[in-house]
Amino acid sequence: MTTTAPEKQTRDYFPTEDEYQKLLGRRTRFGHTVRLTLLLMLTIAVVGLGILLYTIIDDSFGLVAVINENEPEDILAAYGYDPATTTLNDLNKEQLVEVLAGSVSSGVGRRLERDQRFFEDRLVFETQEKWDEVCASDDPPAGCDGGVRSKGNVVDLVQERVIRPDIVAASGLTGSILNPDRFKEKVQQDFVDNPDNYEPFTYEDVRYTWRAWFSWKFITSPASDRPEIAGVRTAVLGSIWLVIITVLFAVPVGVGAAIYLEEFARPNRINDLIQTNINNLAGVPSIIYGMLGLAVLVRILEPITSGSLFGEGAPNGRTILSAGLTLGLLTLPVVIISSQEAIRAVPNSLRQAGMGLGATKWQTVRSQVLPVAIPGILTGTILAVARAIGETAPLILVGAAGFITVSPSGPFSQFTALPIQIFQWTSLPQEEWRHLAAAASLVLLVLLLTLNAAAVLLRNRYSRRLT
Amino acid sequence: MATGSDIQDVSMEEQLERKRRPLDTFIVGSLFIAGAISIAITLGILWELGSESLLFFTDEVVSIGSFFTSTEWSPQAGSFGIWPLILGTLLITFIALLVAVPVGLSAAIYLSEYASARVRNFFKPVLEILVGIPTVVFGFFALTFMTPLLRSIFGSTVGFFNVLSAGMVVGLLIVPLISSLAEDAMAAVPNSLRQASYGLGASRLETSLRVVVPAALSGIAAGIVVAMSRAVGETMVVTLAAGASPRNFSLGEDSLFGYILSPFEGAQTMTGYIAITASGDISYDTIDYNSIFAIGLTLFLMTLGLNSLSRRIVKRFRQEYE
Amino acid sequence: MNDTTETLSVDTADMPPDPTLTAAPTAMKNARETPEEAGPGVIETKNMDVFYGDFKAVADVSMNFAFNEISALIGPSGCGKSTVLRSLNRMNDLIPTARTDGEVLYHGANIYAPGVDPVEIRRRIGMVFQKPNPFPKSIFDNIAWGAKINGFKGSKADMKDLVEGALRQAALWDEVKDKLNESGLSLSGGQQQRLCIARAVATQPDVILMDEPCSALDPIATLRIEELMLELKENYSIIIVTHNMQQAARVSDRTAFFNVELDTKGQRTGYLVEFSPTDQLFTSPKEKATEDYITGRFG
Repeated sequence: MTTTAPEKQTRDYFPTEDEYQKLLGRRTRFGHTVRLTLLLMLTIAVVGLGILLYTIIDDSFGLVAVINENEPEDILAAYGYDPATTTLNDLNKEQLVEVLAGSVSSGVGRRLERDQRFFEDRLVFETQEKWDEVCASDDPPAGCDGGVRSKGNVVDLVQERVIRPDIVAASGLTGSILNPDRFKEKVQQDFVDNPDNYEPFTYEDVRYTWRAWFSWKFITSPASDRPEIAGVRTAVLGSIWLVIITVLFAVPVGVGAAIYLEEFARPNRINDLIQTNINNLAGVPSIIYGMLGLAVLVRILEPITSGSLFGEGAPNGRTILSAGLTLGLLTLPVVIISSQEAIRAVPNSLRQAGMGLGATKWQTVRSQVLPVAIPGILTGTILAVARAIGETAPLILVGAAGFITVSPSGPFSQFTALPIQIFQWTSLPQEEWRHLAAAASLVLLVLLLTLNAAAVLLRNRYSRRLT
Repeated sequence: MATGSDIQDVSMEEQLERKRRPLDTFIVGSLFIAGAISIAITLGILWELGSESLLFFTDEVVSIGSFFTSTEWSPQAGSFGIWPLILGTLLITFIALLVAVPVGLSAAIYLSEYASARVRNFFKPVLEILVGIPTVVFGFFALTFMTPLLRSIFGSTVGFFNVLSAGMVVGLLIVPLISSLAEDAMAAVPNSLRQASYGLGASRLETSLRVVVPAALSGIAAGIVVAMSRAVGETMVVTLAAGASPRNFSLGEDSLFGYILSPFEGAQTMTGYIAITASGDISYDTIDYNSIFAIGLTLFLMTLGLNSLSRRIVKRFRQEYE
Repeated sequence: MNDTTETLSVDTADMPPDPTLTAAPTAMKNARETPEEAGPGVIETKNMDVFYGDFKAVADVSMNFAFNEISALIGPSGCGKSTVLRSLNRMNDLIPTARTDGEVLYHGANIYAPGVDPVEIRRRIGMVFQKPNPFPKSIFDNIAWGAKINGFKGSKADMKDLVEGALRQAALWDEVKDKLNESGLSLSGGQQQRLCIARAVATQPDVILMDEPCSALDPIATLRIEELMLELKENYSIIIVTHNMQQAARVSDRTAFFNVELDTKGQRTGYLVEFSPTDQLFTSPKEKATEDYITGRFG
């Protein structure tokens, strides 16, 4: 009698075999649905990244509508060449220099010549006496070191100074390939709608050419107020200087602090405070570090950061040194935390072995713990520095200048940096600048990707060596 | 030998005496200083934000009362009420979380509970690349892709600067943060719980949603709070895409709701105001200069509060499993 | 330290570390005296308590470890035998909350007296750990490093002799002499443990502490280590913790049995039951607890 009772209960409270199979089917189907939903959501993130990269690449290349102030054909005809058979590239260097000299003012010509000579054996714009005098001065221009402009360089100068192309519209890569006519119609329509914008030119003057905004020339040209010739050299150099200073500050201090906290700090109130404080600092928004840099490094420490204490002459504290140290402060907590993780991962048995041999704590740390931790420390540091390169907000605060055409020459230079350049080009309304911003973003991403790849390679190489 | 044989000449006590090791002392001292620099940074931040804010609040045109109560921020007109900026920040943060929480959590659940090794090896690097992209590039993306996209969907009611575009892109930016923190939390759930659930005949989905996620809930919550703090402090996307004019409002019900319900319009945030003001020519000791520090202090306290909250949640979470 | 170099340059394999140390103790073992009767040994603990924070791990340990003997510490897990071992060369200092009361005398000097340098202690009292822990460096550097940090002043050739001597003492020389530049981690577990012993020997301690040195090894490697211990005791005093009673019986001259008791708060505190010559402890233990333990295990 007692044996039948539980069976009865089962029949009462649980579904029959048939019903259960149905329920199981529903559960399975529901599981599949949810699984697909999750996957869909995950795909959104990937698609987002894809579109982001696509947008940047799309804007870095494409068709542009150009109006030349002087058409190359007209120039060639004016100098007695047949435009039908000759192009600028067919001219030799002497002929090109003649074209250039015929168009630029003598002042511009002299400046170009002082930057770099046109010919080894003769001067074009300068007189010999004046040249000797200039070169004998305390601060001789770059052209005095010798070195002669190549033909390609002169072609570029003719392009830039004589033809003077003006980009009036630009299109993205996809649009240029799939539907170039729509772009052309749009340009034409704008000439109809706003003819005043293009005075004295008309739609007949428009030429369409392909343009790679992202190119070697873009990377090596200095900044300019003309989008046709603007490049990121000054910004790239500025970013490189910033990284150097950031690394020089954040790596020794950060790794030192990590060693202290992991190996030497006994759990007392001061050390607990330091650790909590570092965790807190890691969560402080980067713009707050910018404000610290502005108030302390730029303003209060101006005699140091402007270099006036060392006889250098920046007008104020808005220098590479201030900005680099600001980024250093910002990176410091990240370097400390990732180095701590690397040091913590070193097996305790190595410490015991070292100490057991009668080594002091420092000897053990230096000879046994650090060598094992270094790959991890390096990987974390590279990633932290990569993050610092992309930081924009703190640089805005410490006053990275937007428009600088002179390459930075040292820690006391005023400067601009890649992210700042991207920020400023993005905020300009004209379309051309947007393409420059895209190309500059591409430069920045390539730089970061290289650093990340280096970190991964390093990690793989060392982890193989250790095992 | 340095051991037993010296007993005759020097007593063992003397041999064992503590040696001076100037190099070790010096190095440990230097390392301590390196650690203590972080304290100096915090003090520097507190001092600079505090002292400049003090100058701001003691300025005759500003009153600390109106700073925290007024709903109008127009420095030119002498109104310094921080609420328009705070509301701008919160609105964008809210939109960002609306995007990032479902996407980030789904990603975490899928990757930790379902995905095969091959799927993981594809998606994890993608999320890591997202982390590495500078925020200014996200700002460019918001302005050149997201805003035009929204305008082509909703028409010209969408402003050239609008909080929706900024918020969605900030959301994309914090997805990897939420997903990685949530994944960590779920990985910390003991496997025995999963096995117990499977053992009762639960399906994979039932196990992950009804057992693992609830068990990891406080860790997940902590991750969301950290992501929130990140969104509040995010500068470049909002500066580029949300515009440079604070959206003032009055306290009437319509106006406040109107603020929240108009995501197609621009609004300046705290960080946006600081960045825009500092990027212009700004002279020291002006009211504009001091005002960015007062806002910076507010921002600092908000993010600090969120981060401490997250750490407290994590601490409780750890206790549950120890 | 200065006079170390003279002996170091000689092949240490054939060198007893110190004539004064080897003289007395051999007779002692045969006479089966208790250490107390034999006068002070190399290490002597007096009423030693070890705490981790508020938790008392071992209580009131008084022992006398004789020169050039192998002393084994045995007992159930949690009885504090490893804790006792680690407090003999102040390795417990590495745990921030650890504290030792009472006295530990090394050649009559209290190593816990204020002003004592733990680094000096560990140089003289070497240690071999439960799991082989060679440095991720070459075999040569594994051994040379300890000597270098302890101020080795000899030439490169002297260092080679030292390394060879240490490896010979650890019975590892023939197996590794052709690959001294390979990583210490490339060796088998048993070889790694002998490398760790060679490493400890190279700094010329006079006591070697071994914390379950064979627990991670297979029986053949274990046998080799045991043989090695018997050779090493000619020159060193060895104290070994083992969970394996047969091992204690095979190699040790004296065995200490530790037990653990629960106090009213549920804390487990270890204490010394008895410390007797090994054959006596295993055949006719003085204490009932010891007998229960060894018969339980053997039975």
